[in-house]
Amino acid sequence: MHSFGYRANALVTFAVTILALMCGMASLSDNFNSPSPSAQVQVLNINWFQKQPNANDEVSMTLNISADLQSLFTWNTKQVFVFLAAEYETPKNSLNQISLWDAIIPSKEHAKFWIHTSNKYRFIDQGSNLRGKEYNLTMHWHIMPKTGKMLADKIVMPGYRLPKEYR
Amino acid sequence: MGWIGESVDSIKSLQIRQVLTQAVSLGMIVTSALIIWKALMCITGSESPVVVVLSGSMEPGFKRGDILFLHMSKDPIRAGEIVVFNVDGREIPIVHRVIKVHERQDTGEVDVLTKGDNNYGDDRLLYAHGQLWLQRHHIMGRAVGFLPYVGWVTIIMTEKPIIKYILIGALGLLVITSKD
Repeated sequence: MHSFGYRANALVTFAVTILALMCGMASLSDNFNSPSPSAQVQVLNINWFQKQPNANDEVSMTLNISADLQSLFTWNTKQVFVFLAAEYETPKNSLNQISLWDAIIPSKEHAKFWIHTSNKYRFIDQGSNLRGKEYNLTMHWHIMPKTGKMLADKIVMPGYRLPKEYR
Repeated sequence: MGWIGESVDSIKSLQIRQVLTQAVSLGMIVTSALIIWKALMCITGSESPVVVVLSGSMEPGFKRGDILFLHMSKDPIRAGEIVVFNVDGREIPIVHRVIKVHERQDTGEVDVLTKGDNNYGDDRLLYAHGQLWLQRHHIMGRAVGFLPYVGWVTIIMTEKPIIKYILIGALGLLVITSKD
């Protein structure tokens, strides 16, 4: 009954149970955080806008992104992955999401930022539907926890429009 | 004479019973592990509900040896989600983030492009030759939960099989020799 093996077994089982409970509670505690992030994006310039030889439209733009995501951070947050996506509808596709820029925010101190950048990933349509196209810019973020459930949310910024002619 | 024979018989039968009990309890452990795994498969709808991160392509979010819990629902795939996908001609599934989505108007089929957070370029180099997009059937699940470090157990066991055999041997010995 009281051999070394049994005591070691009981101790390890207890330790693992407590650890699992603590991980679960840390993950659950994220629910008490009600964040209030903000984001603004300006399209400063359309650098160029053309039709590729394979008939897909491609556009390059300069963006000014500013955001305050400090309220997303809790004690169980390892990092926040943030990205800006262009979202629009075409006759062929009910939804097109194209990531234009992304970043990893490692800590709360870096969560209030502004950046002046051209699009990091190529903005290419499936087809040539981009002339005069109205699109949303959506700031998405994915919160990676130290342990537990991953959380995600977004801010949709509607009302952007691409130029009517190639340039 | 009679009582000696009886006691020998009783010892023999006792040992057989003990061996049987040990075998049954070992079987119980193995089957309950199997039941838990299969139940997880049913609940999550993914053919492998738990995966271990093997590469550093998603650092600093996911490191080698971390465990991811997968879920495969009917919900459409959207940009930003971390998906686990299989590419034709590659055995090991890859865990990367979706950066582009094109969803068809009529059929609802999706074209998806992925990228590892820690990689410079997108995943078209990892896909099969000439493949530009992932479709729904390539995707095994999306990551919903995260547990650090625990996956090292499996990594060590697959890379150093000797440790696996020692561990299995020790456990087996423990089960056989333990007297309840």
